[in-house]
Amino acid sequence: MSTADLLQFVASGLQNGAIYALMALGFTLVFASTGVINFAQGEFFMLGGMLVAAEVAAGVPLGLAVAGAVAATAAVGALIERFALRPARASGALTLIIITIGCSMLLKSAARHLFGPDERAVPAFSEGEPVAVAGAMVQRQVLWVVGLTLLAAVALTVLYRWTKLGLAMRACSVSHDAARIVGIDTARVVMASFALAGALGALAGAVVAPVTQTAYDVGARMGLKGFAAAVLGGLGDPVGAIVGGVVLGLLESGAVAFVSGTYKDAVALVVLLLVLVLRPQGIVGRHLGEKL
Amino acid sequence: MPDALEVVGLHAGYGRILVVRDASLRVEPGEVVALLGSNGSGKSTLLKAVAGLLKPEAGAVRLFGKDVTGVPPERLVSNGLALVPEGRMLFGPLTVAENLALGAYATGHVQEVLERVLALFPVLSARLSQPASTLSGGEQQMLAIGRALMSRPRVMLLDEPSLGLAPRVVSDIFDVLDELRSEGIAVVLVEQDANLALKHADRGYVMRGGRIVMEGPAADLRRNDDVRLAYLGSWHGKEPTDADLES
Ligand SMILES: Nc1ncnc2c1ncn2[C@@H]1O[C@H](COP(=O)(O)OP(=O)(O)O)[C@@H](O)[C@H]1O
Ligand SMILES: [Mg+2]
Repeated sequence: MSTADLLQFVASGLQNGAIYALMALGFTLVFASTGVINFAQGEFFMLGGMLVAAEVAAGVPLGLAVAGAVAATAAVGALIERFALRPARASGALTLIIITIGCSMLLKSAARHLFGPDERAVPAFSEGEPVAVAGAMVQRQVLWVVGLTLLAAVALTVLYRWTKLGLAMRACSVSHDAARIVGIDTARVVMASFALAGALGALAGAVVAPVTQTAYDVGARMGLKGFAAAVLGGLGDPVGAIVGGVVLGLLESGAVAFVSGTYKDAVALVVLLLVLVLRPQGIVGRHLGEKL
Repeated sequence: MPDALEVVGLHAGYGRILVVRDASLRVEPGEVVALLGSNGSGKSTLLKAVAGLLKPEAGAVRLFGKDVTGVPPERLVSNGLALVPEGRMLFGPLTVAENLALGAYATGHVQEVLERVLALFPVLSARLSQPASTLSGGEQQMLAIGRALMSRPRVMLLDEPSLGLAPRVVSDIFDVLDELRSEGIAVVLVEQDANLALKHADRGYVMRGGRIVMEGPAADLRRNDDVRLAYLGSWHGKEPTDADLES
């Protein structure tokens, strides 16, 4: 294999890795503040792509369409928290996780009814031929994918480290009771983390749709990848989520390059199983059960 | 002037298990009230119910005459109530500075309050950027009290602040307690060491089996034979000596 080929695989690994990182961040934010694994995260990704496709088809300018899709999906995340999860707060993490599975099925069939069963295309964010980056030919959209992921990661870091909401989110990730006795409205913090998870998933779905196309049923597969990346990164740690995403993307590329493209989607499953067997605390952690 | 805190006929527990039955107590501004009782008698449960962490089954909680029964804890903070809970409940991975900032989350950060807290607990100044989990037990307890003070409370509930701490640290913490009283803060003090608690308290209540079975001025309780036998003697493995009582 030539160096150029190798670089090509690295580039595609980074592109997928960036998307997985955004998804993993969504899983991680919700898990940190609730102890719940949100299985609707994949559908946030689907909504991002499908909403942009629908808006563009309706004549909305692309930039506005992306912003609208991200905002609308954030609202969906907040609504899921408020009306599906909050009423069941007292029932424990397992019940809440099952509710997120229900929400995921609901969103998927709603999307099918609203947008139809067909694959949809989204125009690239900027026109033009692929550009050469360090010897690899890279589609311009891939630069958007990586760039927007970096931007989102920086914005999230600022939010988490230096804002009052971020401080409250970190407090909730330690203990809800402790957060409440200092005056934090934990329900609102949890709602905010669902909204953020929605925004991150939708951003991933919107920015990658020009490369991959999208459809009402792309959520489950991406949900699995993002979950595997989050688990790889230690579930609950935002930096870990980003690292986990990039590593998973590169591992997949490696599997395609050195084994066979057939096995690409199996990588995430293998990673999940390995982490579960070797480092089960990466999944269960101190969070489950103690949280909501 | 209404009491700072008034609890009337409170019933509270966990799910269907009722722990605290018909508990009533009151604390005036600037008064330190000791809440005594052996392990499992329901002291922490009572504090949790007052602070809103548990919803009372019956009874009433009033802060300065305002009914706050069943109000969630996050809204009690801005009503002037602060809980220093059993086990401290610090935010371990967060820094000391962040823990203190979170103490002021509901009421807003005031620089003078932070300076006052750091003056009360000077050891914390040197540790501001350290994760709270890296502090010693005594420092953690100081941080827990400091965090509660950041909300400028008028009523403080302290659950066993001396548990597991070295005597010198305990005496530092009780010095601070005396200062809080002089500032007019009303304090409910749950303490394993009944002697120590009654030394610093104005009045005391004794709980047994979830009920308040005795109350009175601290000096009277220290001399009361029942209290001495049940709570002072047994905790020290000996009867309190006269020197204990005179000190
Ligand atoms: N989270 C809980 N769930 C159920 N029962 C509890 C819980 N916490 C305490 N209890 C029970 O309530 C009773 C009183 O406990 P507690 O209020 O902690 O007593 P104290 O603080 O006086 O030692 C005990 O019998 C204890 O087993
Ligand atoms: Mg206790």
